[in-house]
Amino acid sequence: MPFIPHTEADVQEMLDTIGVSSIDELFAEIPEAIRAKPLEKVPEGLNEMELMRLMRERAAADEHGLRTFVGAGVYEHHIPAAVWEVATRGEYYSAYTPYQAEASQGTLQTIYEFQTMIAGLTGMEAANASLYEGGTALAEAILMAVRAHKGKSHRVLVPETVHPSYRRVAASYCGAQDVVVETIPYDPAKGTVDPAALDAIEGDFAALVVPQPNFFGRLEGEAALAAKAADRGALVIASVNPMALSVLTSPGEWGADIAVGEGQPLGIPMSSGGPFLGLMATSKKLVRQMPGRLVARTVDTDGREGFTLTLQAREQHIRRAKAKSNICTNQGLAMTAATIYMALVGEAGLTQVAGVSHTNTRKLVARLTAIKGVEPLFEGPYFHEAALRLPKPATGVTTALTERGILGGFELGREYSGLENGLLVCATETKTEADLDAYAEALEAVL
Amino acid sequence: MEVRDDRLYTKSHEWVKQEGDGSVTIGITDYAQDLLSDVVFVELPETDSTVASGDELAVAESVKAASDIYAPISGEIVAVNDDLEDSPEKVNEEPFDGGWIFQMRPGDESELDALMDPEAYREMCESEE
Repeated sequence: MPFIPHTEADVQEMLDTIGVSSIDELFAEIPEAIRAKPLEKVPEGLNEMELMRLMRERAAADEHGLRTFVGAGVYEHHIPAAVWEVATRGEYYSAYTPYQAEASQGTLQTIYEFQTMIAGLTGMEAANASLYEGGTALAEAILMAVRAHKGKSHRVLVPETVHPSYRRVAASYCGAQDVVVETIPYDPAKGTVDPAALDAIEGDFAALVVPQPNFFGRLEGEAALAAKAADRGALVIASVNPMALSVLTSPGEWGADIAVGEGQPLGIPMSSGGPFLGLMATSKKLVRQMPGRLVARTVDTDGREGFTLTLQAREQHIRRAKAKSNICTNQGLAMTAATIYMALVGEAGLTQVAGVSHTNTRKLVARLTAIKGVEPLFEGPYFHEAALRLPKPATGVTTALTERGILGGFELGREYSGLENGLLVCATETKTEADLDAYAEALEAVL
Repeated sequence: MEVRDDRLYTKSHEWVKQEGDGSVTIGITDYAQDLLSDVVFVELPETDSTVASGDELAVAESVKAASDIYAPISGEIVAVNDDLEDSPEKVNEEPFDGGWIFQMRPGDESELDALMDPEAYREMCESEE
């Protein structure tokens, strides 16, 4: 397909036709702050060879001995070389479900296996073919819960311990559809939501979101929260880390109606924040309210096994304006990689990665809290991430740590006022004893 | 195509049958089920809810399409056909009997006067073909 750019005359003619004076005016409703701008840090007029050289130098600066202890929604896990070797083969290398999907049986089988694995991990009855990433997956789950809620409430309770970015996405995504996303506070001593505090909240609500583990890495009293919500006739949305599910009770077992999460830990590189992978699973009862693609196993007219897209009547190419959601594709390539990752490491591998990550974080917390003035910010169990209280603001500390080759963690003050001295640290299976020692030494030196 | 003489009809292909107890039963017509082809799911309304004429109350989903079912009159939903949850094919097999979808208690019986009689509905379907 040739790339034929519009000439200035073409552009002017189009603008005149719709009565807009300039491209800037056309895009005026997009806030200035988020509009694409010229790349400030790349000099103009570089040829390809010069540009490649510049990028290689910068990439090398990133990789040079920096050890990352930052999690906060994106986690460094080892990705076996086979994952992307297989995912980028010509047969798989596409972000899309093909047109005439049933002609691509291999792709549909991969999606079907992905759905089966996610349903298994979450303990739910059905998973879709994936969504874009964790935040929009949560927003879609909120819309889905509002559609399914018997009492027709448009109010959804979201604890402050849910990832701050997810909460912002949910608020802007759902606000325009008359859904009220209401934040509920956490217990400052524990870093979790006190289930008893829900009793003080008056009025109907369509759903409660339960993060597990939560943004602070802490394990919520998930079953108690779910039971409180169910008693009030509300649905329960679990926002989970799939890696943690191999060692924690699954959302299906603790009473979730919808489980969503970020699939990045399953073989997707951190790559500056995307592309990532939204996960969503639910019960058979609610499956028709679930957005996105679904693949099912069936038999053809000769009785042979085959795979097919199903429940398409909910989607926008059939339902038009009444579609459940405007998401009618999936994150195909990342989903393929996640499927290969899960198949390759298996159940035992996932449990091992989760277990070692947990152990490493415990060891890290023990080493860091041995330093004078450093203590746990919250009491209680965590998965592979923990919040610490430093004797001074975390921002300056992380800057000093970076100079010593340590990406020390997420400064909680960036999202939570009053937690300026809070630092969220994470040590996955990728960290060695020497890495943990190096962090402790560096922190002691900079404090 | 069958049109029953014992009931009234809407332009959106619902039938409305007045029962002896003052309630009305609503379903989709033989003509409508034939257009939809195999119905695989029916999303039913909530009982006890109060609705206005023209509200989207139910959805009949077939293998190829999904079609909204509207409230032909205003009133209150008094019953829904739970059998359709397990046997949606009844909408195809017996649209005028076991395939009924919901029952209403009319808020204002005079609204029934605006519906079509069997002859008018038969003519409308024939002109659509």
